[in-house]
Amino acid sequence: MSPAAANIALQIRQLRKAYGALVAVDSLDLEVHTGECFGLLGPNGAGKTTTIEICEGLLDPDSGSVELLGRDWRTQARELRELLGIQLQETTFSEKLTVFETLALFRSFYQRSAEVPELLRLVQLEEKRDARVGKLSGGQKQRLALACALVGDPQFLFLDEPTTGLDPQARRQLWDLINQLKSGGRTILLTTHYMDEAEKLCDRVAIMDHGRVIALDTPRKLIASLGVEHLVEYATEGAPLAPAVLQQLRGVRAVSTVGEVTQLQVAELHQTLPALLDKLAAQGAQLTELRTHSATLEDVFVSLTGRHLRDE
Amino acid sequence: MFQLTKIRFLEFWREPEAVFWVLFFPILLASGLGVAFRNHAPEVIKVAIVADGVNVANDAEARNIAGALAGNPGVSAVVQDAQAAEHSLATGKVALVIVSVAPREVLYRFDNTNPDGRAARALVDDSLQRAAGRLDPVHATQQLETSVGSRYIDFLLPGLLATNIMGNGIWGVCFPIIDARRKKLLKRMVASPMSRTEYLASFLLSRLLFLIFDISILVGFGHLVFGVPVRGSLAAIVFICVLSALAFSSMGLLMSTRLSTMEAASGVANAAMLPMWILSGVFFSARRFPDVVQPIIRALPLTASVDALRSVMLEDASLLAVRSELAILGLWLAVCFVLAVRLFRWR
Repeated sequence: MSPAAANIALQIRQLRKAYGALVAVDSLDLEVHTGECFGLLGPNGAGKTTTIEICEGLLDPDSGSVELLGRDWRTQARELRELLGIQLQETTFSEKLTVFETLALFRSFYQRSAEVPELLRLVQLEEKRDARVGKLSGGQKQRLALACALVGDPQFLFLDEPTTGLDPQARRQLWDLINQLKSGGRTILLTTHYMDEAEKLCDRVAIMDHGRVIALDTPRKLIASLGVEHLVEYATEGAPLAPAVLQQLRGVRAVSTVGEVTQLQVAELHQTLPALLDKLAAQGAQLTELRTHSATLEDVFVSLTGRHLRDE
Repeated sequence: MFQLTKIRFLEFWREPEAVFWVLFFPILLASGLGVAFRNHAPEVIKVAIVADGVNVANDAEARNIAGALAGNPGVSAVVQDAQAAEHSLATGKVALVIVSVAPREVLYRFDNTNPDGRAARALVDDSLQRAAGRLDPVHATQQLETSVGSRYIDFLLPGLLATNIMGNGIWGVCFPIIDARRKKLLKRMVASPMSRTEYLASFLLSRLLFLIFDISILVGFGHLVFGVPVRGSLAAIVFICVLSALAFSSMGLLMSTRLSTMEAASGVANAAMLPMWILSGVFFSARRFPDVVQPIIRALPLTASVDALRSVMLEDASLLAVRSELAILGLWLAVCFVLAVRLFRWR
């Protein structure tokens, strides 16, 4: 292995997979570096799950190649399975078994495996050791799925939508867990349609749409590429300010109106906001709403595709 | 492999309904049918004696006849007027009407095509002739028997055993695999280094272990409670059961290869099992069906299993004697298993 290749945990070249007329993955090229957490971000149906399942050896691509940990699925499948940790979307474990029994079962599949008590401690399910899987909460089930993925002490971890359907607290708990795993030096590939999740967890993000990668960089650089740092949204009672007037304010890049709400894309919040408030006061307009937030990956997606991530 | 088989057991035991249906239902069924079809005391045949209540001499004659019949436990006589007796005969309440025509002269009215009528005539005539002084020139004694092995429960029990093996084989394999596929658990397990062969083999292995319960409970229960005979060797019975269980499990495996919903599974399994319940001679002899369909019936795996078990249990047949049934089971096993492995969808 060349030094460059040693640094690459996953290499995807010209990957293509179609279901009938629907092209799920289209000429996809990706490289995931050893030890990084790489995110595939995109709306439902963008081809994320198809891509990750091809990498997991669960689907055969129509064409193209996947090289994982320097190995090939076609010839070294058995060996690869030992090295991977996989969490699928929406797996339901047998409800009649306890947490311990489920882990013991999965542990029996691997030649080299982590100790069950250690796994339970890692995913904070020690008290649930003898609870039936059917009695666990959504977050606990997801952590059990993560523990099953970690049972073979994997070098490469696949997480497909790890927090979909969880409440905010359970999501945050899972994020902490994944951040811990990252510091353990594993390579992680995760898919998500939550931009905040990708921003929090991923070192690099590929934004996917219609089976293609439309942007790839660190979350910070992707957001910076928008050229705007912040968004200001407000609504007023009384006569609204004309867009032409707003354009004149310092630091404003773009103005748009959605219903009652006016949205400004700005570079420097501390320059634009006082100026805006002054103008509104001079006009005698009453503010009924005022929100500012930093630009997110969601905004990147909107600017690239004109659609929202969660639009179906 | 041990872990995989172990969870099959745990999943089963933690489903109280499954335990009930699989282990106790066949016993309840056997008990119910056994009680319903137990051997009754010999039936008493009812007859009517005509007395119109007007002719005194005739009435006295009728009482004489009734007195003569009272000593015969096989006949129960009532005295009725002519019209009532006519009605009783027409509606089958009595098998025979006795009319006194004159002293020492009677008329029997009965339906000659009804076995009860003919029996009643013989019994009544016998009693009346003896009461009038007939002596039998031949001295006869009788010895009563009920032969074990020819009762309905004896016929039923091997059928229930085979049916139980069929149901458990098909459901016990088909249901959990489809459930795992539906829950994406199958996909998750395939994503691990688990051996696929071991996964499928764990189902067959757990089936064979459950078979111990099936055989011991049903055969033991039938033997102890109803005295159903086990004439052939136990090893032969176990061998037939194992072969049947493998054949039906492969059928279950074949059904589970593509389906991913319980509704579809239920439909397919019932479509396969219901005709066999009816056709394969579990509850009554399959010979009652027309000759045209006999070859089809004989080719069914349940027929082969039932016939082989019956022959061995009731007639002490050797495995060699039931080789054609065993061959049919073996053929089903091989064909279903090969097809299942070819068609199995791991997603």
